[in-house]
Amino acid sequence: MNPGRSIILNRIREALRNNPAPRPHTSHSQADAAAETHGHAQREWLPKVGATLPEQIDLFAKISEGLKTEFHRVPTIDAAHNLLKQLAAAEGWKKIASHSHHDTDSLIQGIDLPVVRTEKGYGIDELESCDAGVTGCEVLVAQTGGVMVSVESAGGRALSVLPPHHVVIARASQMVPDLTAAFEHVKKRYGKNLPSFMSFITGPSRTGDIERILVLGAHGPKRLTVLLID
Amino acid sequence: MATQAADFQTLSRRYTADKPFRAFIQKALGGYYKKRDENKANFQDWQGARDLAAETKYEAVNHLDKYLLEFEQKITARGAKVFWAPNAEAAREYILKIAKENGVRSIIKSKTMTSEEIHLNEALEKEGFGVFESDLGEYIVQLRKEAPFHLVFPAMHLTRRQISDLFQKELGSKATDEPEELTMIARDVMRRKYCEADMGISGTNFAVAETGMISITENEGNARLTTSLPRIHVALLGIEKVLPRLEDLSLFLPMLATAGAGQTMTCYNTMYSGPRQPGEPDGPEQMHIVLLDNRRTELLADAEQRDALGCIRCGACLNVCPIFKNVGGYSYGTTYGGPIGSVITPHLRGLKDWKHLSAASSLCGACTEACPVKIDLHHHLLQNRRNGAKASPAVGEKVAFGGFSLMMGHPALYRLAVVFGRIFQPLQGLVNGTILDPLRAWTGSRNFPKLAPKSFHEQWKKERGGRK
Repeated sequence: MNPGRSIILNRIREALRNNPAPRPHTSHSQADAAAETHGHAQREWLPKVGATLPEQIDLFAKISEGLKTEFHRVPTIDAAHNLLKQLAAAEGWKKIASHSHHDTDSLIQGIDLPVVRTEKGYGIDELESCDAGVTGCEVLVAQTGGVMVSVESAGGRALSVLPPHHVVIARASQMVPDLTAAFEHVKKRYGKNLPSFMSFITGPSRTGDIERILVLGAHGPKRLTVLLID
Repeated sequence: MATQAADFQTLSRRYTADKPFRAFIQKALGGYYKKRDENKANFQDWQGARDLAAETKYEAVNHLDKYLLEFEQKITARGAKVFWAPNAEAAREYILKIAKENGVRSIIKSKTMTSEEIHLNEALEKEGFGVFESDLGEYIVQLRKEAPFHLVFPAMHLTRRQISDLFQKELGSKATDEPEELTMIARDVMRRKYCEADMGISGTNFAVAETGMISITENEGNARLTTSLPRIHVALLGIEKVLPRLEDLSLFLPMLATAGAGQTMTCYNTMYSGPRQPGEPDGPEQMHIVLLDNRRTELLADAEQRDALGCIRCGACLNVCPIFKNVGGYSYGTTYGGPIGSVITPHLRGLKDWKHLSAASSLCGACTEACPVKIDLHHHLLQNRRNGAKASPAVGEKVAFGGFSLMMGHPALYRLAVVFGRIFQPLQGLVNGTILDPLRAWTGSRNFPKLAPKSFHEQWKKERGGRK
């Protein structure tokens, strides 16, 4: 153990001992309430989300438009498959990457392209040369238009960020109202053994670093397509 | 005068005189204000969210030891190594040691202000390691051998033309006026770097004690690539960034995006708990967390200003500050510019050399109002002024105020001063603002008000015949 640990901990304890800081000036002192009802208290302040699934899907669609996420609602997995084929033809895909997962398997089944599968390990250059990455997800977040992915649900860390087009397949049952619900979902699903990587993807990669002008596809995908099976 | 203070005066004078530059900065911020306000309006209650954020940070910062230990225990159980660095030197040495022990050849970095604070790139380059900044803005300023201009928008001071010239010179690319083409040039260069790098260095926006996680906020995807592809991941983490619970992120992620960039959420908000776990297909073999104090505990010991440790580095206070908007990021000469930098730098780097920054404020309070975690910024600037005056009293100022109070307490002296004033003001007028003017510190940029030909007392006496 490095000596820095006890040095820093001692400094912290020394700094805090008998030296209380003034409480923040808040209009409603809610420190204790916040500790007890945490997560749910936030819902009072954060952007509003409708209670029903149709409202949540509509909100997700509306926010996606602003984010330039290409959001499609499809009735069946077959319809999603057809849409994927159209995308492949339109963009002239030569190779795609995906991972084994019931919906991604059905989505790419029979597609006439070489597929790099990431779940058992892969070469970085091999993945880098793919035209699209097709993944599942944990949940979709209505409040932010976000897609929550993890190692488990998106074939590792890089599949959903390295190829230039990220295609996500999700079911309507995966829609959740907000980030708090997304965290509840992963805690329920994985317990204490959470995946080492989880990410909220909110639109295609972007930058405004040159004159604050929006450019899509800075380092991650230039396009993000979300296919939602109703 | 300390050189830092003199540098501030020189640079701020130069930037303030550059009108096109100021117009360029203010235009860039104009788009931000619009998007920020739209997103704030989407909150059911932005003020309520600020209150809760301030309370959450209060809880975390005032129990910092407890939450850091919980974080350490949880993330260590997942196979990450936590290194506690009391100062910048310890942090740099540890990272160098890992790089050497693992035979690292190429290092890729995502944006981290903490690494600017400890001058990490210089240390790595001195030892022969190639270091590449992957964030577009950071890459641009790295190529120009400059520091970031702004906490969140590192290259906001440069025009597309300047960036195109830079890329032509450094990368041999073709000239272009299109931000998109410029971005794609950097994208192509960086793609190779990600694939080749064996060490990725990132910052950390939040650490979560409950689950032993770090959370990284970004828009470009460069941080995700930096933390996915190389076999070693080093994350720099200031000790103040820890939050108690995972659910706290549901508040802080949207607030950071709104205050920082006027977005609902930034494009990628990623949580990492450890290196690649058994059965996972990718991710680094090693994950190192470098927990940095570097005098943050000095700020912690100042109960009056402790809330400044709640800062989430969104840059909102810079964006609204009338001083920052005019003097720009480089005048400050600090890693952290703008109001928050002026508050914390005297604690992190010494009051003596940096107390002048607390005068770089109009005390308008726009910063305090903009702060998503309600740091009492403009009052802390006043407190720094007070602390600075206490530590090294300004003799001239003391004498001047002593004389003023004597004069105001004695009507005869006051009347005498008015008489002298009338005699000397025309003479002062001849040299007003020039090097010969003894008052030029004040008159250099202002006009001294002209004494009235007749004082109120004299008029009263004349009209009403004096005291009745």
